[in-house]
Amino acid sequence: MLFLTYLINGISLGSVYAIIALGYTMVYGIAKMLNFAHGDVIMIGAYIIFFMIYKFNLPILLSIIISILICLLLGIIIERLAYKPLRKASSLSVLITAIGVSYLLQNLAQLFWTSSNKIFPNIISNGSFSFGSISISYLTIITILVCLLIMLVLTLFVNKTKIGMAMRAVSEDKDAARLMGINVDRTISITFAIGSGLAAIASALFCAAYPAVYPTLGSMPGIKAFTAAVFGGIGSIPGALVGGIMLGIIETLSKAYISTQLSDAIVFAILIIVLLIKPTGLLGRKVNEKV
Amino acid sequence: MKKFSMKKLFSFLFNRKHSNMTISYGIVVLMYLIIEVLIKTNNLSYLLTSLLVPTCCYIIVALALNLVVGFSGDLSLGHAAFMGIGAFVGSAISNYVYSLVPNIALRVIVAILAGSIISGIFGYLISIPVLKLSGDYLAIVTLAFCQIVKSLLNNIYLGFDDSGIHFSFINQNFTLDGGKMLINGPVGSTGNTKFSNFTVAIIMVLFTLFIVFNLINSKYGRAIKASRDNKIAASSIGIDVIKAKTLCFVVSSILAGGAGALYALNYTTLSVAKFDFNLSIMILVYVVLGGLGNIPGTIVATTILVLLPELLRSLSDYRMIAYALVLIMIMLISNNETIKNSFNSLIGIFKRKDQNNA
Repeated sequence: MLFLTYLINGISLGSVYAIIALGYTMVYGIAKMLNFAHGDVIMIGAYIIFFMIYKFNLPILLSIIISILICLLLGIIIERLAYKPLRKASSLSVLITAIGVSYLLQNLAQLFWTSSNKIFPNIISNGSFSFGSISISYLTIITILVCLLIMLVLTLFVNKTKIGMAMRAVSEDKDAARLMGINVDRTISITFAIGSGLAAIASALFCAAYPAVYPTLGSMPGIKAFTAAVFGGIGSIPGALVGGIMLGIIETLSKAYISTQLSDAIVFAILIIVLLIKPTGLLGRKVNEKV
Repeated sequence: MKKFSMKKLFSFLFNRKHSNMTISYGIVVLMYLIIEVLIKTNNLSYLLTSLLVPTCCYIIVALALNLVVGFSGDLSLGHAAFMGIGAFVGSAISNYVYSLVPNIALRVIVAILAGSIISGIFGYLISIPVLKLSGDYLAIVTLAFCQIVKSLLNNIYLGFDDSGIHFSFINQNFTLDGGKMLINGPVGSTGNTKFSNFTVAIIMVLFTLFIVFNLINSKYGRAIKASRDNKIAASSIGIDVIKAKTLCFVVSSILAGGAGALYALNYTTLSVAKFDFNLSIMILVYVVLGGLGNIPGTIVATTILVLLPELLRSLSDYRMIAYALVLIMIMLISNNETIKNSFNSLIGIFKRKDQNNA
């Protein structure tokens, strides 16, 4: 039954990756850019929750909501100042700018809050359910539920609302969307805001599982989630869910059964194999090249 | 004997085909001369002196990456891995042959050659899956490769003593009887003899330039550029796109491996953590700021950007923030339409003058 426990833990870790991957995949789908600063928004979110709880003694849920709102704003500000002027620039210029923003956030955090680890508060009680011989912590269950809820809401949002329709139109063809009267800049801003808000939620769940906050906190989950997004087919929302959960399961199982040190190598080796078989990810759309 | 004409030499050096070469070699030689003078007159701080060889290594890796990103048009985020492979192979070989080859110059050459060759082999192996993909998927596979190499290097235990070479993976399951650890897992390689020679580093840079220019001006180079500009059109006129790109990728990985070996020899300790994703990104930044496919630009940008954090040292805590802001500002300014247009019209004035002269 140990296997089942590992599997569920893997799904839980994968759920966090999936939530972060959503931020990458939505931004990629709409702005065709890899937002390397996304991982650092997670870090900022974690610091805000930390300070809200310890410095201002706010209740946990309120702290998380404040963190979501601040990250949302941060996402919009970053997009407006750094990415919007580069709408027509080459994708590499945008990539380098994103890297610049990532360095900036990391170093600002280091300057203000020093590089020493801060212990993240215990936001979800330590208890666990037990089904027969398997015991699952509350955190694991809540993480999976939150992820499923986000997926559901987001899918409904993208498919049923006007803004969601605008987002799909912009990701399909920016110029045509503009001709149809869609405010492209606002749509892109909203996408960044949603992605960054999700990053704040992910930071709460991630730090509840690994309770240490430091300036480079976001880079590893960022890279993993980026991998998850590509794994599932970048630009696709269900792809992010599938990719994230697959990645989480593979990581947890290889840590449990093969080797802790080699789990990263195994995850990335499987990624390469998947991309060799399906070059646009598991659920990605194949685009035919034309002359 | 042919009469030597200054004008002929000048027009040879600065015609369209050769001007980039002349400028690149010129910059490197000029930098070398200036720095040698500064060293001889004791005007170079200790910190800057210690940065000379690493700067040359970064220039070589940036040139190598520019081959892939600029000329072949494929975004690689994995060049830190090639540098890392070159570094560890180089330092292991250099330590292993320490007593066998007393001549330091020979030992350095052997180490750099070994680093280049092994890195080239890995470059060929990874190019098989990488070049089947394109765009961001290609980038992510090189990133994955970088992570794999890093975590494998972190788990290698390699040492030798009188009874021979010992190797184990994940856990160290041998003890050395005297001898020396070549690679000690996450600790890396320690207690090496430091070899730092700026002249050798500059010769490596010149050699890299020689290879890069010969490649891009050759038949293969034209095939590589054609594959970059339009894959389908290139293959329709009989260019083997995959072959051209593979050649470019392998040459690039060989050069990066050599630079890694040179880098490793410059330090007494070497840890795997250095060769991670962030290093790949840093080199990519050098290449993009220097200009894709722009060789002299890459050299200048790398030099400035390696030294920039050191020059900003007076800002102490704020220096990395300043560095990040400089990065963002350069990108925003160089892509600003109004500035671009006024810059282009400025260049236009010069171009017209040239035509009038001719």
